Amino acid sequence: MQVPAHFEYEKATTLDHAIALLARLGPEARVLAGGHSLIPMMKLRMAQPDALVDINDLGGELGAISVEGDELRIGALVRHAELLASAVVGEHYPIFHDAERVIADPVVRNRGSIGGSLCQADPSEDLSAAFAAVAAAAVIAGPNGTRTVPIREFHVGPYETVVGPGELLTELRVPIRPGGGSAYEKVERRVGDWPVAAAGAALWLDGDTVSSAGIGLTAVGAPKFAASEAEQYLLGKPATEENLAEAGRIAAANCNPTADQRGPVDYKRHLAGELTTRALHRATARARGQEA
Amino acid sequence: MQITVTVNGTDYTRDVEPRLLLVHFLRDELGLTGTHWGCDTSNCGVCVVWLDDTPVKSCTVFAVMAAGHAVRTVEGLEQDGQLDPIQQGFTTCHGLQCGFCTPGMMMTTRWLLDHNPDPSELEIREAISGQLCRCTGYENIVRSVKWAAAHPVEATAAAGASTASEEVPA
Repeated sequence: MQVPAHFEYEKATTLDHAIALLARLGPEARVLAGGHSLIPMMKLRMAQPDALVDINDLGGELGAISVEGDELRIGALVRHAELLASAVVGEHYPIFHDAERVIADPVVRNRGSIGGSLCQADPSEDLSAAFAAVAAAAVIAGPNGTRTVPIREFHVGPYETVVGPGELLTELRVPIRPGGGSAYEKVERRVGDWPVAAAGAALWLDGDTVSSAGIGLTAVGAPKFAASEAEQYLLGKPATEENLAEAGRIAAANCNPTADQRGPVDYKRHLAGELTTRALHRATARARGQEA
Repeated sequence: MQITVTVNGTDYTRDVEPRLLLVHFLRDELGLTGTHWGCDTSNCGVCVVWLDDTPVKSCTVFAVMAAGHAVRTVEGLEQDGQLDPIQQGFTTCHGLQCGFCTPGMMMTTRWLLDHNPDPSELEIREAISGQLCRCTGYENIVRSVKWAAAHPVEATAAAGASTASEEVPA
């Protein structure tokens, strides 16, 4: 039987209340959203927070998906299942639907939250790569108001983000631009597992030329969950078979996988390249309106 | 701390430690042992219950998180002495062998049928992809869900009502 250590529990009723509770409970307090990363860590005593601030009743403030101006806004408490079911998300960024179909399983997706996944900062998190690919921004609320951080500055290292004590991730914002396509490709050992490797791509075309490209990588030690050298390579080039393949090779060369029970370094590096190329292909097809 | 949780329509008030998991609250505090306790790692799905009308793995929810919310367990499937169609399907189609995974399977697939009354085999398999049957009896689980889809709750309830004072239907 796995029993977490003792902790103090508070249920927040509003966002302001949550921030006040975090201030009162101190730096060893943690935010409890879906709990599907935090509770397993607590059961294994890998995490032993003094206190938890439960934000699950803040769906009204933190649980919406909307388009505001030219931004797609995703509340931190949106559940994986809601992101997967959202038509507006699929319309603008099918990468999220691709990714959500292969994140955990349907029952876990009912509970796990988008913000929780990003804040857990697991080096194999799928959504970290997806959000890195689309150049999202993270909105963080704290006692002194809110601040917005580019997603590539959000993760500091494994299990570490820029969200400080007393702060709370509230929303992800993704710019909406016409002429683009996006996709996510993952290899996993079995349904619902963490990736052996995975790649996300978001690509914009001006005619046949790549005018903007975002590539996210996870589980392969890519800095900031991104393949920036491969992105740079593609800019201004035609989206040909050869160029997309070369971008994959560059992405593979610049990541830093480690061997574990999911596979050796060479295999993971191979996957990083191959999946990058596949995701770019699919994103390109979608940008051209050739694939849903 | 004191919490009140509505389980299968009844309010239960108990003093619990915040670290008590919902699965243990249901089984040990309320004696509702229909919800099973399996892997303890949110993989196997034998502990699935509904929290506010959504299936969740109750080994990964603290009981205090359910305070003020509604929980439905396998004990809540039967209504007025009438088994839910999903229960009838599992009985009719031999949807269980050892029965350990059955409560979770039934809670997830009841929810599936509420939202998708005529699922394909693929959709059924996708819905239970977070749940393990160690007897590997998936074929019959899928058949059971298909049986329940073909015998929806309204028809079953209506049949039960019309025969309540009459002969048991063949």
